[in-house]
Amino acid sequence: MDYLTLLQILDSALRLATPLLFACLAGLFSERAGIFDIGLEGKMLMAAFFSAATAYSTGSVWLGLLAGIAGSMVLSGIHGLASITFRGNQLISGVAINFLASGLTVLIGLSWFKLGGQTPSLSGDARFQGIDLPFAEAAMSVPLIGPLYAEVLSGHTLLVYVALLCVPATWYILYRTRFGLRLRAVGENPAAVDTAGISVVGLRYAAVAICGVLCGLAGAYLATGLGASFVKEMTAGRGYIALAALIFAKWRPWYALSATLLFGLLEAVSNRYPSLDLGFITLPSQFMQALPYILTVVILAGFVGKATPPRAGGQPYVKER
Amino acid sequence: MEQLPKWADLIVVPLVGLILAFILSMLMVLATGHDPLDALKLMVSGALGSTYGWGYTLYYATNFIFTGLAVAVAFHASLFNIGGEGQAALGGLGVALVCLFIPWPHWTIALLAATAAAGIFGALWALIPAYLQAKRGSHIVITTIMFNFIAASLLNYVLVNQLRPKGAMDPATAKFPKPSHLPSLGEILNSVGIPFAKGTPANVTLLVALAACVFVYYLIWRTRLGYQLRAFGKSQPAAVYAGINPVKITIITMMISGALAGLMAINNVMGEAERLILGSVEGAGFIGIAVALMGRSHPIGILFSALLFGALYQGGAELGLWTSIPRELVIVIQALVILFTGALDNMVRLMVAKVLVRPKRAEA
Repeated sequence: MDYLTLLQILDSALRLATPLLFACLAGLFSERAGIFDIGLEGKMLMAAFFSAATAYSTGSVWLGLLAGIAGSMVLSGIHGLASITFRGNQLISGVAINFLASGLTVLIGLSWFKLGGQTPSLSGDARFQGIDLPFAEAAMSVPLIGPLYAEVLSGHTLLVYVALLCVPATWYILYRTRFGLRLRAVGENPAAVDTAGISVVGLRYAAVAICGVLCGLAGAYLATGLGASFVKEMTAGRGYIALAALIFAKWRPWYALSATLLFGLLEAVSNRYPSLDLGFITLPSQFMQALPYILTVVILAGFVGKATPPRAGGQPYVKER
Repeated sequence: MEQLPKWADLIVVPLVGLILAFILSMLMVLATGHDPLDALKLMVSGALGSTYGWGYTLYYATNFIFTGLAVAVAFHASLFNIGGEGQAALGGLGVALVCLFIPWPHWTIALLAATAAAGIFGALWALIPAYLQAKRGSHIVITTIMFNFIAASLLNYVLVNQLRPKGAMDPATAKFPKPSHLPSLGEILNSVGIPFAKGTPANVTLLVALAACVFVYYLIWRTRLGYQLRAFGKSQPAAVYAGINPVKITIITMMISGALAGLMAINNVMGEAERLILGSVEGAGFIGIAVALMGRSHPIGILFSALLFGALYQGGAELGLWTSIPRELVIVIQALVILFTGALDNMVRLMVAKVLVRPKRAEA
């Protein structure tokens, strides 16, 4: 494998990691506040559909982005209503949301575009275009680091850079602001937060709303950045991989970056080499596809560094017990 | 929250949830420019209006009884087994191995062997998540989700690289040998003189499903294990205090649950396709969640809600065939049923309580 191939794989890894990173951070906000969210997949799918549909109809990718976020937020609202206001089972609500998105996107897509559940392909301003970072051309002449900068870091769509910036932003919000402290507290011990006179319900709704925005970005990137249209079931399990990455990252923002980059790299490698020949053993493509899930189970089993979820995760908060 | 009478809790609340789900779905049909009443009529007549429709409705219902029971058994122990999809897929592998490689003299023996294989494979696929939950505290929901994906990859590998006959293109096994053919409902009923459409996939597995309902009823309410399982589900500390071993209960419950999900394979793999194809479970594992929620985790409830979902699936297929409404409408209805009878259960209960409980107080 030569240097250029390696760079191409890294470049595609970064692209593929972006939706995972958005979704993983989305889950991070929600779960750190004590709301389990297995509906990341559904929210991404909904956002992907509405962003593609709106971008196509208006010709503006920005309106598409807003519509995608709105679509994802509606599902977030349902999740909040079920798991915060009515103290229902958060996991069941997540399952319902995934199915709702999977059914609605096809139902609406067929009725609007009559293309078997797809949207027409997007072009021009209806898509996010690649941005060349400054001096990318000039850097090509610098050995080793130059091509790395020009091939891997430069030339992505805006949302890729936004996703990368979301990591320090999430870290700052969670660990350096009052809101973040309260958000983490509400996921560990909501009764203590309540005693301090801070609204548990308000905080949790805020977390679920942030989760909705980030899932919206993830979905919009899938349909208008990575791809060029909405395709039925286009999230293809990415929401669950993001969930796996979240556990892998032990609910921490910087670890989330490395976990999603790792999973992105796995996907990029398995795209490029359907069956990976390691010399002594040939790994079938199916193994590469299952690897993120297998790794997550190993991590969950606690054999390689224990992952401890937020303490109050999954439990509805009941005042005055 | 006001206490509802038991009958209201068991019957009225899920029914109201179901009605809400239907009203919303029909509004969506209206919004996409179709007549909801026409759609509903087509669905009902397509699913229940002929023995042909019934043949499919009962076939789907058989699948959903198994997966619904699987979810319900786990629910009783407060475990959420979301891995029915993977367990049923592995059950399919068990059935395929038994049917392909052992020459059976008669279908009855083949059925017994396939039932055992499907159950064992399903149970084993649930064993690892169960062990991890019981011993290492890994969340069962996440591990079972992961195991669904791992099962899909595993099956893909086995079908493409091992079991696919030479020269075949699609990832599937060869057709099972003739003696393992299960008699279809049409063949059975016609032989006793009752006219029933031939060529529909409902088969003798339906009886196995009914037996599974009885088995689960006895297990949960009439055995010591069932008592321990329910006690564990109500309160883990209390169960442990009463001498119930939490590790044992978690593992046994999940294995029974996995076995029930795996049993689905004798219906769809052995009864219908008569070979193992990739993705043969078709989401039935997830529908089990809706079925169990709607049926309040009771075998009788599950029987009825499985029938309802079976009819929905067949009706949805008819819709997709004759109108421009896609069969994905069924997924929307299914999602709304899960939402209203599961996640928003408390909201529906509050609504029912407002109607039922308040007037009674005024009288008193």
